[in-house]
Amino acid sequence: MDATTPRIRVLVAKPGLDGHDRGAKVIARAFRDAGFEVVYSGLRQSPEQIAEAALQEDVDVVALSSLSGAHNTLFPRVVEALRARGLGDVLVIGGGVIPHDDIPRLKAAGIAEIFTPGTPTSVAIEFVRRWYASRSAAVSS
Amino acid sequence: MAGEHDDIRRQKERWERETVGKALRRSPERQEQFATQSGLPVERLYTPADVPVDYLRDLGFPGEYPFTRGVQPTMYRGRHWTMRQYAGFGSAEETNRRFHYLLEQGQTGLSVAFDLPTQIGYDSDSPWAEGEVGKVGVAIDSLLDMEILLDGIPLDRVTTSMTINAPASVLLAMYAAVAEKQGVPLDRIGGTVQNDILKEYAARGTYIFPPRPSMRLITDIFAWCAENIPNWNTISISGYHIREAGSTAVQEVAFTLANGIAYVQAALERGLDVDTFAPRLSFFFNAHNDFFEEIAKFRAARRLWARIMRERFGAKDPRSWMLRFHTQTGGSTLTAQQPENNIVRVTVQALAAILGGTQSLHTNSFDEALALPTEKSVRIALRTQQILAYESGVTETIDPLAGSYYVEHLTNEIERQARAYIDRIDAMGGAVAAIEAGFVQREIQEAAYRYQREVESGQRVVVGVNRFQINEPPPEDLLKVDPAVAERQKEKLERVRRSRDAAVVHTRLEALRRAAEGDDNLMPPIFEAVKAYCTLGEICDTLRSVFGEYRPPETI
Repeated sequence: MDATTPRIRVLVAKPGLDGHDRGAKVIARAFRDAGFEVVYSGLRQSPEQIAEAALQEDVDVVALSSLSGAHNTLFPRVVEALRARGLGDVLVIGGGVIPHDDIPRLKAAGIAEIFTPGTPTSVAIEFVRRWYASRSAAVSS
Repeated sequence: MAGEHDDIRRQKERWERETVGKALRRSPERQEQFATQSGLPVERLYTPADVPVDYLRDLGFPGEYPFTRGVQPTMYRGRHWTMRQYAGFGSAEETNRRFHYLLEQGQTGLSVAFDLPTQIGYDSDSPWAEGEVGKVGVAIDSLLDMEILLDGIPLDRVTTSMTINAPASVLLAMYAAVAEKQGVPLDRIGGTVQNDILKEYAARGTYIFPPRPSMRLITDIFAWCAENIPNWNTISISGYHIREAGSTAVQEVAFTLANGIAYVQAALERGLDVDTFAPRLSFFFNAHNDFFEEIAKFRAARRLWARIMRERFGAKDPRSWMLRFHTQTGGSTLTAQQPENNIVRVTVQALAAILGGTQSLHTNSFDEALALPTEKSVRIALRTQQILAYESGVTETIDPLAGSYYVEHLTNEIERQARAYIDRIDAMGGAVAAIEAGFVQREIQEAAYRYQREVESGQRVVVGVNRFQINEPPPEDLLKVDPAVAERQKEKLERVRRSRDAAVVHTRLEALRRAAEGDDNLMPPIFEAVKAYCTLGEICDTLRSVFGEYRPPETI
């Protein structure tokens, strides 16, 4: 990648109280190895703290991880907090132990995609790359 | 012996050259190199010449030092392991019903899962609790919830394990208060509090306070229980979560025992005599898929701990040398794809735990990669243990895999490599310093990432995930926690706050704050606060105001 190509900036975040961060850390490493710039929020972030970090770090993507079952409450609140800061165009994706039934509601709330256990990291990376390419195309046309 | 081994070595070389050579020319082996799941190299064949074992020094006899073959003289010929399924969700009422169900199904001990706000010392009406109440465990705000949770459970006959760490002292005090209310003397109750904060910093994340006050709370529990609840296991030093976070089997043993060493040292620094608290230390390990590696891991951990306690800490009581442990099958090995396959995984893992000599066992339910287990899936998980116990015959003799050249080799290797890690951690100033520096976390992350890459490259096969996949419909019949639980829990909490004596609450919390500022044992004021229906959040906030909160180091 040459120096003029902007790097995709991703915030990997753990909303709420869930301490299971193996997946978040693995995806953070995988994004970094794929050439993204990665910020990891650490544990126990409120939706507002995550949105604030997204603003400060000027990220393109927020990748949320939750295994505690609180995703229905916390993921949509992250989207709202981003919108409240004028960051409605940030891509929000999620992963973790998320029942299939919950996915349509999360997507309706503005989470672009949910990656459930067993998804290769390459699938999430490709998803972000395609989104970024199509957004850049839309911006430049 | 040496001569015999030389003969074997020569014959093995000949076999490699002639018999194996011929076979390899016809068809190569599946892989150039083989390794255990954790990456330990696996040779084609092990012979007595490959395994330097001094039987009396390294194996010995069950119930005797170094306990490689088991901590009990008769092991499962006397009594099976305790079948202890971890359970808890929603409210105390619902979890109480699940407990009664499990006891009716033949479970022999209770194991309580608490929700995240409880684990981190928040009441159900805290802003931090939003979306989390009753989700991964039961919500406990005050003594009232504990009374409901244990309603109808005879605490003098059932032992209870509580997976609670940062606020372990509060939940233990609540349990003791319920026993008193039931009229059961405290020296008649038994159970375990996990109470292992170091692995929270290293791997699991449900910490509250910084390491020093956390270690004080832990040693306060050691001292208080030695006097008041002599049959309580005051800590369950946990490799389980270290392994779930992605560690290897060697790291699981090494980091767990390094944490154990730190607790022993902290207690010695408090002036406790090693033989007063060491017999009540217990451990908690994971059982993953690599059958022989797991069996060897348990045997190596037992031997290494015995040596540490006797040689390093000079413990005299043989019970101080014994590593007694609970095992849970590996949650992270369960797949959301073709979930029924998990029943088979769990069976293999449970068998490894049994052949490794576990004292109690939780078998995971097959749907846990999708949601909390249903009654049906938890029953299958319990039946898995019962079939192994009553039908398989593996319990009839002790440590039946001893003398297996491969298992003894792996046992030696895991002990050797774990000891090397412990030496490194010692050189860094011990487990607390190694965790504060982020060393342990980074080692675990590296292993987790390596494993993930092996799976994604197909080098590591996960049936149903990267091989033998099928198109499958989304799963049905998953357990859902009623979202109204949070509202009902908040109302109950409000009722408790209104009905208690506010002046007494204030006095007890003040007494606790003063104790925290000084260095008296914190258990007595916590016990008094709990009995006055001070809430978990109030007690933990009082301690937070004195101790502050932990901030983890950056490791990514």
